[in-house]
Amino acid sequence: MTDVLPISFSLNGQAIAIDVQSHMLLIDLIRDRLGLKGTKRSCDMEVCGACTVLLDGEPISSCTTLAVDVDQREVTTIEGVTPPNGLSRIQKAFVLHGSLQCGFCTPGFIMAVTALLKATPHPTDEQIRHYLHGNLCRCTGYTKIFEAVRSLAAEQVSEDAA
Amino acid sequence: MLPSPFAFERPSTIADAVSAVGESGDGMFYSGGTELLLAMKLRVIHTDRLIDIKGIPGLDRIVLNDANDIEIGARCTHNKIASDPVIREHVLALSSLCANVANVRVRSVGTIGGNLCFGEPHADPPTMLAALDARLVLNGPGGTRVVHADDFIRSELETVREPDELLTVIVFPRPTGPVTYRRFKHGERPSVNVAMAWSLAAGGRTIRSARVRVGALGSRPQPLKAIEDVIQGISVSEVRPAIEAVLPTALGELEVNEDRHGGADYKRHLAGVLLLRNAEEAIAAAGNA
Repeated sequence: MTDVLPISFSLNGQAIAIDVQSHMLLIDLIRDRLGLKGTKRSCDMEVCGACTVLLDGEPISSCTTLAVDVDQREVTTIEGVTPPNGLSRIQKAFVLHGSLQCGFCTPGFIMAVTALLKATPHPTDEQIRHYLHGNLCRCTGYTKIFEAVRSLAAEQVSEDAA
Repeated sequence: MLPSPFAFERPSTIADAVSAVGESGDGMFYSGGTELLLAMKLRVIHTDRLIDIKGIPGLDRIVLNDANDIEIGARCTHNKIASDPVIREHVLALSSLCANVANVRVRSVGTIGGNLCFGEPHADPPTMLAALDARLVLNGPGGTRVVHADDFIRSELETVREPDELLTVIVFPRPTGPVTYRRFKHGERPSVNVAMAWSLAAGGRTIRSARVRVGALGSRPQPLKAIEDVIQGISVSEVRPAIEAVLPTALGELEVNEDRHGGADYKRHLAGVLLLRNAEEAIAAAGNA
């Protein structure tokens, strides 16, 4: 037995109204129905963080979230935090510090760091490690990612800076 | 992988949720889905109907009530408990436990009630809640019943909750002494964990009673009765030698599964180390009180 339910939500600031099957996963809605391919599926069990998106600003695993659960809420994906021209300050820091190689985990890391810096603009080293321990990277050994985030933690930015 | 199809319902009261689950076929309560959806994606659990309880008001409340009990709504996320001022003031160890469950994404949506109801042996909250002598309130079609945390998990992934009983609230007495928790883990789930709660006599230098639970070793959290008995009634300053005197015997009585988290001797050893570190922390806390 399948239900098809109408949902309305904000995706990267854009209003979406769509019918979804109750068992559809958020990652499939985002990638396959709505065509935003920046969000990656990897472990498919909430461990690796590649599929991280923000739900009302909080990081979640889109691989293990039902699409119906975003009804009336705000979803932000990697596309939503990337400026139309160029890169956000978080993305620039990742490039500057060599914090990616293959890049598959990077969208998830950028989303997690976005949420971290929103909640805690100047995290301590311990806070950075604690927050990001649930995002896996098989290329960098994490040191470069940590350095990028630490450089951002030290920056003074205005409230509305991306 | 996709879960197999199911109907999805969003009741707005506990009574509607209970009757929705019980209506026909296999219905299941659903909130964060961090355990349930994983199992449904692996197709080891199937349900005809998922009953979303997130629209029921009041299930995410945390209060210190008039009876001096702390009540935690079953739908509270790990993040909410971690940052809640009541929990931080009265049971800081529970706050920090919840701040370290799994990862930040699981903590955003995963709930304490879901964690308990899944009955996963390698979990953090059940051990702590058993040490806190928590009672779990279940609402079913025939009314309400209360189950002690010690009796709730029957076996691995199995609890005494009937399918149409909704866990609504977790209640435990406000601690009157140090509460400590430690775990050892390789991945995201604890390999071994130890929770200890002391009730101190007036003056704060003598232990009136103690509850010690070891989790993740067997199918459910186990009491360390020999430890509880030996430190009952003694001065805080005598705790360490008292524990050490009975520790090998106490650890030897634990049921320990050998699994990918380690062999039995190794895990018993870890439990002893964690227990002694908890004791050190509790001794220091009692000294500062």
